[in-house]
Amino acid sequence: MTATAEEKTVHNGAYGPVRRKEDARFIRGQGTYLDDIQLPGMLHGAILRSPLAHARITSIDTSAAEAHPKVRAVITGRTLEGLKLAWMPTLSHDVQAVLATDKVRFQGQEVAFVVAEDRYSARDALELINVTYEELPAVADATRALDPDAPVIRDDIEGKTNNHIFDWEAGDKAATDAVFASADVVVAQDILYPRSHPAPLETCGSIADFNKVTGQLNVWTTTQAPHAHRTVYALVAGLPEHKIRIVSPDIGGGFGNKVGVYPGYVCAVVGSIVTGKPVKWMEDRSENLMSTAFARDYHMHGEIAATRDGKILGLRVKVLADHGAFNGTAQPTKFPAGFFHIFTGSYDLQAAHCEVTGVYTNKAPGGVAYACSFRITEAVYLVERMVDVLARELDMDPGELRMRNLLRPEQFPYTTKTGWEYDSGDYPRALRLAMDLAGYDDLRKEQAERRERGEYMGIGISFFTEGVGAGPRKHMDILGLGMADGADLRVHPTGKAVLGVSCQTQGQGHETTFAQIVAQELGMSPDDIEVVHGDTDRTPFGLGTYGSRSTPVSGAAAAVVARKVRERARIVASAMLEVSPDDLEWAEGKWRVRGDPDKGHTIAEIAMASHGALELPEGVEGHIDAEAVYNPPNLTYPFGAYIAVVDVDPGTGAVKVRRFVAVDDCGVRINPMIVEGQVHGGLADGVGMALMQAIAFDTDGNCLGGSFMDYLLPTSMECPSWELGQTVTPSPHHPIGAKGVGESATVGSPAAIVNAVMDALKPFGVRHADMPLTPAAVWSAIQGRPLRTDMAFT
Amino acid sequence: MQITVNVNGTDYARDVEPRLLLIHFLRDELGLTGSHWGCDTSNCGACVVWLDETPVKSCTVLAASAAGHRVRTVEGLEVGGELDPVQQGFHECHGLQCGFCTPGMMLTARWLLDHNPDPTPEQIREAISGQICRCTGYENIVRSVRWAAEHEAAAQESGQEVPA
Repeated sequence: MTATAEEKTVHNGAYGPVRRKEDARFIRGQGTYLDDIQLPGMLHGAILRSPLAHARITSIDTSAAEAHPKVRAVITGRTLEGLKLAWMPTLSHDVQAVLATDKVRFQGQEVAFVVAEDRYSARDALELINVTYEELPAVADATRALDPDAPVIRDDIEGKTNNHIFDWEAGDKAATDAVFASADVVVAQDILYPRSHPAPLETCGSIADFNKVTGQLNVWTTTQAPHAHRTVYALVAGLPEHKIRIVSPDIGGGFGNKVGVYPGYVCAVVGSIVTGKPVKWMEDRSENLMSTAFARDYHMHGEIAATRDGKILGLRVKVLADHGAFNGTAQPTKFPAGFFHIFTGSYDLQAAHCEVTGVYTNKAPGGVAYACSFRITEAVYLVERMVDVLARELDMDPGELRMRNLLRPEQFPYTTKTGWEYDSGDYPRALRLAMDLAGYDDLRKEQAERRERGEYMGIGISFFTEGVGAGPRKHMDILGLGMADGADLRVHPTGKAVLGVSCQTQGQGHETTFAQIVAQELGMSPDDIEVVHGDTDRTPFGLGTYGSRSTPVSGAAAAVVARKVRERARIVASAMLEVSPDDLEWAEGKWRVRGDPDKGHTIAEIAMASHGALELPEGVEGHIDAEAVYNPPNLTYPFGAYIAVVDVDPGTGAVKVRRFVAVDDCGVRINPMIVEGQVHGGLADGVGMALMQAIAFDTDGNCLGGSFMDYLLPTSMECPSWELGQTVTPSPHHPIGAKGVGESATVGSPAAIVNAVMDALKPFGVRHADMPLTPAAVWSAIQGRPLRTDMAFT
Repeated sequence: MQITVNVNGTDYARDVEPRLLLIHFLRDELGLTGSHWGCDTSNCGACVVWLDETPVKSCTVLAASAAGHRVRTVEGLEVGGELDPVQQGFHECHGLQCGFCTPGMMLTARWLLDHNPDPTPEQIREAISGQICRCTGYENIVRSVRWAAEHEAAAQESGQEVPA
């Protein structure tokens, strides 16, 4: 669906920094999050988890727990085996244990589920379950997972004799090798993107209410994708889909953590079936960090080839991907490494090639989560570090090196060497703007002066291209479901409208933005449009909110359905005005008679007439409501240029992010206030990722990031006051020219900060150190002994 | 055990387990779900309420410890149908996204402005440094608190000009 120039320029003022509708309830403490919901007679579930990373279960004795006066049920893997629910399919062609039957394969894995009358009693009863384990050697270090003597984690898979999951490649290997063979300069670097966790402030939970008489299953749950969950429950549990209703209430942050179906959700359903009562399961923070979808854990070896004068020729990379104990990446692409092969980034290269090997380890499953656009985070980090490594080798300014190699505006639409069709962009303009906003030349002068004084200031640049809005059917699906989103729009007789959408806000402000989209198309006020979401009984089918796909897909559907309503209104208006529809024009929020602008009707007037006594013309049945489904023809490709300025204390290794300049281009901005807020949040993620956040393990597989005492998130003290800029390059194929933006800053910012720290450490000869650049990591790098940040200190 | 806690001006008498956490007392016993639970370890601050005049993390305070004391929650910020300037500031400056940390942030902000009516951005950052927001990157929270400070100052000034 291509937007015409006219459609993009029609503007009635509905776009802009409209204050959010959803604030009214949140600032009064009247949001309704999952744990706020109490149903009559509701019971509470709690999960017993494995203390060991790898062990065979020899026995489970639940008798003492069952004898607890407030316990209603104790469910184990054996119970689930009887229901054929002990294992569930993942979105990546694997299975995951719901409750362990044979072995536990990571610390924190689900072993038993207790249902009790209150949450404290449920926890008490966990202590009464006696599990005996036969401990097995664990694989916590991904680089050892394929050793010949490594213990086989997935012996549940018939014939499995190692921990290998997949090998996958993209790009032209022969062409890339040829480019490298003849290049003046080749630089290689090992780069780890350590395991991280999205850690939304609200943990995951679910309330299941199964009615044995009607067969109806109602589930209130923390999901970013209610419709996808409904279908998954139907497929997994064999329940009829028309008897399943999924409600996603207010969500306290998602960031990709609330995409998949977790064992606790399935246990709540089974608990309700077994007890005949609604069952709530709400995980605690440690359960969230230790068992739900982690992110990244990519061990990358990058190589970059260039001419001596700084023309980048080629890029190749080998990745060891740690997927944990089950291949449970919740990502819809047909590629096992997601969108990682977008790793050529924003540059004009001659050839590129990547190889990714996935392995099992005794760690929690996941990998694709946390605002990563299905591994574009890792890809951008890789290429932006490699460009800086090259700049160091060539003794060139990293800004100048990037400017010399960025794609030029006239090259768009551009097909990359790994097959991506970038829709639009003006990269040099964005980078120039960022450098101007930062005062780049002055910063370099200041840095030189400070170095004279023995002060270690660093300036880091990152330029990213994102691909968001999953997605075209040729590239992606979820369990065979294409990724189209529906929208329906009802205009009530008095001219107030209700828009139903399938995507699910977790703080993105959809109730405001989507009202603005419809308002813009129909000449209405956003106040007159209610946006309904998060309830499969009240909204049309669609695949949910993740991968920055809401505006690219559901937002497009909202615009398209509003245009359908507008066209139906045109027919009614023609009857009201007694002219041919062809004689009407849409202007200033009305269907007007061409050449007679005083004669016209608003959507509200037309809606009333369509319900009223008017003799209806052919093609209108009685109202102007409409439905639409949007199938994205391509992804949208937002981009941006980020510059970080840091100060490093060489005595302690402490890094202070002094400034951060972010120029984002996400096409047309519906609500710039909300866009900027999303960028702010993603930049904070970048600070966290670069300097603080990582989930490491010891060699026995003990998780070292199981609470906020150990897994450090950025606070107001680590974050600078963000300095934002923007350029606007509309997406040519999106109905309103918009691109997704929710993940841009999380994807783009870590490299800017790491590049800045490496720039600061240049006098020490430090070219690379892995995230998170904690004081210990920086100090060790200065001493010439870089840390492995994915494993416990040894 | 029998306890009486004054929450937002109303006395509530309840029979509770001695181990009951204040956050669960407020949420599950009183139905005041505006205060949220986020981490269990006093790190995130989603559960911040006032105990008498001091912000505390109610996930690590026993309900029994609050017996005989006053508790103020987000539900007690709006007075007589009038939003607190802090609430208005968070709305005006887009100081919230998912809204989960917001009640705790606003209660700390209210405490700060009561003790320092004209805080600098650095002082605001320090005041909320024991609380985590995963959405906003903090900048708009700082602006929200500044908005409230400026509007309270303006209201006070115009109030002084009008004789009582």
